[in-house]
Amino acid sequence: MGAKTLFSHSMRIAWKDLTELFRNRLGLVLLIVMPLFMMVMVGFIYPSNGGTGANLPVGIVNEDSGFNNSTLPSQTFIMGLEIMNNQTHFLAFSNVTTMADIKDMVQRGDLEGGIVIPSNFSQSILTGEQGTVIVITDNSNLQISAQINGYSQLYIEQLSTVLAQKNVQSLNATNALAVVNPYSIQLQGVVSGTTNYFDFVAPGIMAMTVMMSVMTGLPVAISQEKEVGTMDGMMVAPINRLSIILGKTLGQTARGLLQGVIILVLAIGLFGVAIQGSILLVFALLLLGVFSFVGLGIVITSFTKDQETAQMLMMTLMFPMMFLSGVFFPIQTMPWYMQDIAKFMPLTYAADAMRKVMVLGAGISAISTEIIILIAFGAIMTAIAVPVFRRMMTR
Amino acid sequence: MANESIIEVKNLTKMFNKFTAVDGINFDVKKGEIFGLLGPNGAGKSTTLRMLSTLARPTKGTAIIGGFDITKNDNEVRKLIGIVSEKMIMYNRLTAKENLWFFGSLFNIPKDVLTKRIDELLELVQLTKWKNAQVGTFSTGMRQRMNVVRALLNLPQVLFLDEPTLGLDPQSSVEIREFIKKLNRENGTTVVITTHMMVDADLLCDRIAIVDHGRIVALDTSANLKKTISGADTTIISLEISNLSPELITALRGLNCVDAVTQENTLTLRIIVHGSEAFDSVIDKVRAMNGKISSMQNLQPSLEDVFLHITGHQVRDTADQKIPQEHKRFGASQQGRIR
Repeated sequence: MGAKTLFSHSMRIAWKDLTELFRNRLGLVLLIVMPLFMMVMVGFIYPSNGGTGANLPVGIVNEDSGFNNSTLPSQTFIMGLEIMNNQTHFLAFSNVTTMADIKDMVQRGDLEGGIVIPSNFSQSILTGEQGTVIVITDNSNLQISAQINGYSQLYIEQLSTVLAQKNVQSLNATNALAVVNPYSIQLQGVVSGTTNYFDFVAPGIMAMTVMMSVMTGLPVAISQEKEVGTMDGMMVAPINRLSIILGKTLGQTARGLLQGVIILVLAIGLFGVAIQGSILLVFALLLLGVFSFVGLGIVITSFTKDQETAQMLMMTLMFPMMFLSGVFFPIQTMPWYMQDIAKFMPLTYAADAMRKVMVLGAGISAISTEIIILIAFGAIMTAIAVPVFRRMMTR
Repeated sequence: MANESIIEVKNLTKMFNKFTAVDGINFDVKKGEIFGLLGPNGAGKSTTLRMLSTLARPTKGTAIIGGFDITKNDNEVRKLIGIVSEKMIMYNRLTAKENLWFFGSLFNIPKDVLTKRIDELLELVQLTKWKNAQVGTFSTGMRQRMNVVRALLNLPQVLFLDEPTLGLDPQSSVEIREFIKKLNRENGTTVVITTHMMVDADLLCDRIAIVDHGRIVALDTSANLKKTISGADTTIISLEISNLSPELITALRGLNCVDAVTQENTLTLRIIVHGSEAFDSVIDKVRAMNGKISSMQNLQPSLEDVFLHITGHQVRDTADQKIPQEHKRFGASQQGRIR
C-alpha cells in the first residue's frame, strides 16, 4: 500500500501542476521564448566561424627529451590528437620548434594557439607520473582562447581516458575489460557539417536550463501554494508528506525536460548543432542532473517562507552557477580558485558530460566519473533534504 | 449519544518563539453541535483551529478527535475532518470539477464513489452549471461555496470553518450560514467555527467560547452568556445626544456605575451600566455637561456586550486593525482597549 499510494498521490499532484502549467498561456509561451532568447544571445555572442569547420590554427611543439631513448609516449599523444582532430576538425595542427616561436606566431596572428609537450613528458608517463601538457592561447582574444581551451581539454581528456584504460588493462585484464570499453567507441562520432562555438555551449545550456528550471520551479511552486493557502488542502489529506514533494518534483522535471527538448530542437534546427552521441544518454544525463539538483531545491523550499524570498535566493545561487559551471566559458580559463569553486557545482559535471556525449559522441564509460559524481551529489542532497522538508511541513 | 464528546482539547498550547498565541486551553465539543470560537483577530482562534486540523503542531498539550490524538495519529484524524480555511483552497486554473477531483483523489475515495459525490456536492451548492468552468472566473460567493464543498469531499464527521463569512456580502453570508446549519441538521456533522462576527456566532452556534489573548474567557450558550450581563443589575442603554462631545464620553467613563462606553455612530452611545442608581447618574452627568438627550433606550444585551463586559475591550476595535500575524497582537490589542 505504502509505495503505491505514495506514487499515485505524487502522480495526481504532478498532473495537477502540469494542467495548471498548460492552462497558463503566457507562461507556456515564455517557456519557449526564454530558451530561444538564450540561444539567440549566445549565438550572437559566439558567432559561428562559418563555412566548413572551425579549423583553428594551432602549433604543436614537442620538447620531449625522451626516457631511456624512447619518445614513444609523446609520439602516441600527438598521434592521438591528430586522429581525433581528423574526425572533428576543430583545430588545424602544424609543427613548431619552440614555445617562444608559438608565442611569436600567435602575436603575429599566424597561429591562434599552441600545445606544448614539455621535455619530461615521456619520463613522467613511463615512470608512472602524470604527464603535463601546456596549452597556450591568445588570452587577448577571449572567444578564440576559450574555444581552443575547450577543444584541447576535450581531446586531452579523451586521450587520458584511453591511456588510463590501457594502464588498467595491463594491470588486471579481466577486471579492466569489465570496467572499460575499447577506446574506439569514444571516437566513432564524426562531426559533420558546420561546427562552431555553439556546439560547445548548447549542451551546457541544455543541462543548465533543465536543472535550473527544477531548482527554481520547485521552491516557487511550493512557496506559492503555501502563500495562496492551497498547500493546506493537501496537508489536511491523509497522504504521506513525501508524495507532495515527489509530485512537485515530477511536475517540475517534466516542465524542465520539455524546455530541454525545445532547446535541443532549436539547437539542431536554428543553429545547426549535430548530436554525435546517443540521444537517450542525453536525456538520461538530464534526468540525472535533475536528481542531483532536487535536494538543493527542496532545502531552499524548506527555508523560504514566501515566493519572493525563494526567487531572490534562487537568483543569488543561479548566477555563480551559470558562469562558474563552464556552460559559457571553459572552466580551464578561470583562475584556480574559481575552478575549485566550480568543482562543487553539480552543473559543472552535468554540462561536461552532456558536452562529451553531444559533441564527441562519448558512451557511458567515458563519462562514468561525471555520472558517479552526479549520483553522489544527488544522494547526499536528498539525504539532507528529506528530513529538513518533513520538519518544515509540520511546523 | 447527545452528550458524547467528539473533540477533547487538553491544555492545548502554541508558542511562536516567546509569544504565546494559544495559552493552555481546555474544552470539549459534543457530537453534533455547532461550536463557536469568538474573539478578535489575533486572539488565537485560527491557531487553535490549525492545531485541531493537524496543520500546526501544538507546542504543548493535545486534543483527541473521534478517539485519535492529533499529535500521534494525525493521518487518522485527517480522515475524520474537513477544513474550510480563511484562504480559498482552490486552484484557479482548474475547473470546479477538476479541483474537487484532485482533492478527493488524495483521500483514496474509489473513483465511482468520488464521481457521484462530486456531482452531488456541486448540486448541493448550485454550481453544477459551472462545473467545467475554471474557478478563477468565479465570484467570491461562488468561490466560498466551492471552498466549503471541498472540505466535505471525505464526508467529515467534524468540519472546521475559519472565518467562513469573511469578506462576503450579506446574502452570501446568509447562504453559507444556512448551508452550515443544513449540514449539521441533516448529516449530524459536528461544526467548529471561528469568527469575530457576532452575528455568525449568535445565529449559528449552540455554544460559544469567547477567546481573548489565547485563553478562553467564557464558554456557554449564547443565551446564557447574555444572561451573565442582563441578569444581576447590569443594564445596557443606548443614548442619543445631539451635541455629543469627546469630553462628555470621557466624563461618562469616569462614572462609577459605568462599565463600558462605546460610540455607535456620531451621536449615539452604547453604555453598559450597573446598579439601581445608574440611569440617574448617567442622565445627571449628561445634563451637567450641557448635553442634549434626544433619545434613550434600554437594550437587550448582544454578544458584543458580553464580550465587552468580560474583556473590557471591543471585538471590532481589534478586528479593524487588520493584524496579519498572531505575533503583532500585543500592540494592537493595547490600542483596542477602551478603558
